[in-house]
Amino acid sequence: MLVSEAVLERVHEDVHKTQPWNNPDAVPYIRFENVTKKFGDFYAVDDVSLDIYRHELFALLGGSGCGKTTLLRMLAGFEEPTSGKIYIDGVDMAGVPAYERPTNMMFQSYALFPHMSVEQNVAFGLVQDGVSRSEIKELVAEMLGLVQMTKFAKRKPHQLSGGQRQRVALARSLIKRPKVLLLDEPLGALDKKLREQTQFELVNIQEKVGTTFVMVTHDQEEAMTMASRIAVMNEGVINQIGTPFELYEYPNSRYTANFLGQVNLIEGVLVDDDEKYAVIKSEEAGCDIYIDHAVQGHQGMTFWAALRPERLRITKEAPADAKYNCVSGKVEEIGYLGGISTYHVRLESGKRIKVTEPNSTRQIEPRYTWEDTVWVSWEAGAASVLNK
Amino acid sequence: MSSDKLSLKQKFDRWMIKHGRVLVIGIPYFWLFLFFLVPFLIVLKISFSMAEYAQPPYTSLFEWIDEGITITLNFGNYLFLLSDSLYATAYLNSIRIAAISTIITLLIGYPMAYGIARAQGSMRSVLLMLVILPFWTSFLIRVYAWIGILDREGLINAFLLWAGIISEPLIMRQTEFAVYVGIVYTYLPFMILPLYSTLEKMDVSLVEAALDLGCKPWQAFAKITLPLSMPGILAGSLLVFIPAVGEFVIPELLGGPNTLMIGRTLWNEFFANRDWPIASAVAIAMLLFLVVPIMWFQHIQTKQEEGQQ
Repeated sequence: MLVSEAVLERVHEDVHKTQPWNNPDAVPYIRFENVTKKFGDFYAVDDVSLDIYRHELFALLGGSGCGKTTLLRMLAGFEEPTSGKIYIDGVDMAGVPAYERPTNMMFQSYALFPHMSVEQNVAFGLVQDGVSRSEIKELVAEMLGLVQMTKFAKRKPHQLSGGQRQRVALARSLIKRPKVLLLDEPLGALDKKLREQTQFELVNIQEKVGTTFVMVTHDQEEAMTMASRIAVMNEGVINQIGTPFELYEYPNSRYTANFLGQVNLIEGVLVDDDEKYAVIKSEEAGCDIYIDHAVQGHQGMTFWAALRPERLRITKEAPADAKYNCVSGKVEEIGYLGGISTYHVRLESGKRIKVTEPNSTRQIEPRYTWEDTVWVSWEAGAASVLNK
Repeated sequence: MSSDKLSLKQKFDRWMIKHGRVLVIGIPYFWLFLFFLVPFLIVLKISFSMAEYAQPPYTSLFEWIDEGITITLNFGNYLFLLSDSLYATAYLNSIRIAAISTIITLLIGYPMAYGIARAQGSMRSVLLMLVILPFWTSFLIRVYAWIGILDREGLINAFLLWAGIISEPLIMRQTEFAVYVGIVYTYLPFMILPLYSTLEKMDVSLVEAALDLGCKPWQAFAKITLPLSMPGILAGSLLVFIPAVGEFVIPELLGGPNTLMIGRTLWNEFFANRDWPIASAVAIAMLLFLVVPIMWFQHIQTKQEEGQQ
């Protein structure tokens, strides 16, 4: 097939615009260079290097104590790195105090000033900068409109619901048009329904104002729905950086695979390795795992096959070609969630694996019940192979 | 179930459920009535009587004359307070000294409370302990210790003379300065503790948010920390101001003959002049001076609490 040079170039340009991280010429907007932060003997952040590009909605994802919040606070200027450099828009931030940085932060607790009204809270940053009163009035009105809080301008924070406070906090941190908006668990304090709704609103607002967002979260779903890219952090280091798609489909480690979504990790030993395929012998699974691509490693090395529950098939009968990727076990737990069902299957080896199946057709009665002997199988391309 | 089938215990329990609340609330009210209201009424009564060489040294308010009660109210004591400028001077002096002491206590206590509130966890309890520690020694002994420090031959003068900074000892004791030192020293914990409790409760991220929005540290303090610690400032100030107004021991021991405070006047009337009615009138008038700020404080407190709900 022939594609004209011009078309190819345009496709390339588009990719470079929407995915600056794939463009070797793109200049990062925020740059962490070998940043380390020690609290006493404890390494909160350990030699982290990270580039974030303009207009990104970048998420730092990890469990508590993984260093994500420390990284964000160093960007805001509340903590100074023990060593390493941080650049925002090319400017070295070393020694620049929080009040002079081109960043604004939305705090996890929202940190709304309790003695000021919504309006005064939102106006605070502008008043501080000595903006004229008429201009403040205009900008505050505009910002309250953006977050749909115009009606509540005169209220005090304690008279607002959690979701309303969140909007005020967002408005207050956006009003100075910061180069970078930092969000510390922006939706953590909201209940589930409100959170889902707010996720999309936040993304919309980000697109509207075009500010670069850096967000800290422990909620993988939140990170996946909102972020352009995610850095998965663990014990002060970045485990993997990528788009939600990349992280989910191509995790580089058991940690990432586990953190994003659900996964069955099956340990095995590489027994056959070719240019086109690989075979992992797994005592844990009780079968050989056939992989449809080559694996980097030598025979006898330990690997883990990461299998997502939704990529597994569950059947009553053994599949016809049951040489590879097929194990039997007993149904131990059933979770009927309406749209999907989850099954926990205990294999003969004692390993328990989780399978989810969409209930795409209406059933007269549940398909499987407890203690049923079932077969679990998967495609050759379903597993990602991990070596750490 | 009819009630006569109930055991005695069940009956008692049901009675408690019905009336227990009144009982629980009633006990402190009874206490306050017996030990605060009754003595106050007695003092009020004495303030309306006349001095007499008798036992007790005042005339009775109620007399049986012709099978009826005659009540003789004597406002002369209060009028006397107005006529002699000594009392007005003593009141104003007390309020002035108490007010200045309160301000000094606030200026010293605020940074201390702030420091304790922002200290590390284990350090915090040590510092709080140090603030409370002086209470374990008798108040009188501590005031006497100040005599030893401020005296003509006291520690400060000895040191300054030894260091060659002064050639003549400074007169510090028996001055108003010594009274300030005594009051500030004694009442500092009463300022620090309420301030500490408000500052400690304050969310540190509020200050960070202010810094983040462009405030320099001192601006963040002025715009956020200070207004939010107002309840603590008020509570601490009143806890210092009110007892300082009526303070007797400190001006007596550290102050000179010129430091006229209402507590000393009161003591003189009671014990030197044995004029109980005048002394009682002085006490009642002082109470009125103090009730006003207390009411005001409570009013602000309730408003603040309503605001936070």
